[in-house]
Amino acid sequence: MGMTIAEKILAAHAGADTATPGQYLWCKVDATSGHRLPDLEALGVDQVWDPDRVFMVDDHQAPPPTIAVANQVKELRRLIKKYQIKNYFEYGRGGILHQVFAEHGMYAPGDLVAQCDSHSTSGGVFNACVTNANLDAVHVLAFGELWFRVPESVRVVLNGTLPAWCVGKDVILKIASELGTDYGLYKSIEYVGPVASQMSLAQRWTICNMGVEVGAKFAMFEADEKTDEFLAERVNRPYKHVTADPDASYEAEYEFDLSDLTPMVARPGDPGNGVPVESVKAERVKVDQAFLGSCTNARLEDLEVAARVLKGRQVHPDVRMLVSPSSQEVFGEALKAGYLETLFEAGALIEHSTCGPCYGGHLGVLGDGETCISSSNRNFRGRMGSPLANVWLASPATVAASAIAGEIVDPREYL
Amino acid sequence: METIRTGRVWKFGDHISTDLMMPGHRVLTNPDLSVEEAAKFCMEANRPGWAEGEVQPGDILVAGINFGCGSSRNGSQSLKALNIAAVLAESVSRIHLRNAVNSGLPTLVAPGITSFVEEGQSLEVNIVTGEVKNLDTGAVLQAEAWEEGTPPHDILMAGGLDAYMKAKLKERGLVST
Repeated sequence: MGMTIAEKILAAHAGADTATPGQYLWCKVDATSGHRLPDLEALGVDQVWDPDRVFMVDDHQAPPPTIAVANQVKELRRLIKKYQIKNYFEYGRGGILHQVFAEHGMYAPGDLVAQCDSHSTSGGVFNACVTNANLDAVHVLAFGELWFRVPESVRVVLNGTLPAWCVGKDVILKIASELGTDYGLYKSIEYVGPVASQMSLAQRWTICNMGVEVGAKFAMFEADEKTDEFLAERVNRPYKHVTADPDASYEAEYEFDLSDLTPMVARPGDPGNGVPVESVKAERVKVDQAFLGSCTNARLEDLEVAARVLKGRQVHPDVRMLVSPSSQEVFGEALKAGYLETLFEAGALIEHSTCGPCYGGHLGVLGDGETCISSSNRNFRGRMGSPLANVWLASPATVAASAIAGEIVDPREYL
Repeated sequence: METIRTGRVWKFGDHISTDLMMPGHRVLTNPDLSVEEAAKFCMEANRPGWAEGEVQPGDILVAGINFGCGSSRNGSQSLKALNIAAVLAESVSRIHLRNAVNSGLPTLVAPGITSFVEEGQSLEVNIVTGEVKNLDTGAVLQAEAWEEGTPPHDILMAGGLDAYMKAKLKERGLVST
């Protein structure tokens, strides 16, 4: 019987001919992150299995807001030197790991990567099996291998043509609202269909990034010329696109016709609370903070669309708009393209690339009763600070339009 | 690893995120917090006071679907610090389940558990066979158990990843002691 993409990649990394859902495999892993270096040292191990395949950047509270965090990062730098990790990216040259690691060639089609941070499903945009290892990333650091339960695969077929001003974020909020935030639990999701091909790499990236928001182990697209174009100057090892066999077996297949999609927002509490933006208009939801950032939606085209919405307009007097590009490379590109200047002139606060505001860390923590419209990935209670704050998730265009209006609005009215 | 766990039940709903178990703005921002101090903020947003006096050592946590969704931060570390004896949920997020195994906190997927037990009742859980007994009603429920010989089974039985790694490193000659 044929195999899905995940089955092929896991089998290849286990040195096996086949992989069957439910089976446990020990697999060679192609790369990991350096978050667990302190654990490796505590275990008395003197070297990592392959220093070239360990990537690290400090992104969550970067640069440090407190002495305690500064000491933690200082310790990390010592370990980076001790274990001779070359792919370490200092402040100013780094950003958010999922973007930065991709920019430096960590992921290629067919790879199996297990690294820290839940949004590691992002790497699936490169037609690879990329997922989270947390505590057990230390097992990869020591041995270069990890156990996997071969997941059931599901296929999501994206049909139709995506309407103007609808992007990957609107697609994933729509899918999560219909199928639930646990529809991908333990599973490998393959996104296919005409809209998958039409979308830019950045839009597919958002959908893979929020793979973890629907429970997935892997969230993947097939590779095409857009994938190769991004990887061309970044990955200098040979790779092959991986496709599922025509007779591969899927636990479920879901079809969406996206031709009538309209911009979406997820109401506070859960990323699955998605509704069309136009349906909340009458509620006149006042916004205190508009956040354009995170590993989900702060790539160049996200900043471009926000700049287009805000050009010649002003952020509402009662709103603070925070902009944090997904990496310093993206920051530089947006700077040179003039997008940051446009956003600055509209009254937005331009921050460096950081995870800070998205998880309530720093540089944009919410107070009691405040409301934020955010291009990020999670709106759990307390996610961005106060448990009494409300976070609404939306696309960059919706965030920008709402920043102007001072309340949650449909971006189509502003374009 | 103690195989039979008996305790009083606390019930939680669906989609209990790791943000609730380990609030970012309390814990991630403060690396000097001890594990015990961090645990005091567990469920602060959805059940204030629970981690500070209500939950008792040996209690069992029962939850709905998608327990531990969201961030990869190790919610099990806080639950373990609160001396929770076992966790039973309708379904558990993949990341959280792996963290639980690696932390040595028995966490079982137990379809039907929400209607099987009421808060305050007592359960007896066999973490190896997956048999769950409601000591108040006498009813029995079969939870999913790790199959013997699978990596998660071996790691959990070793008491968690740390002990498992120590043995494996020694076996492969990667550490001297």
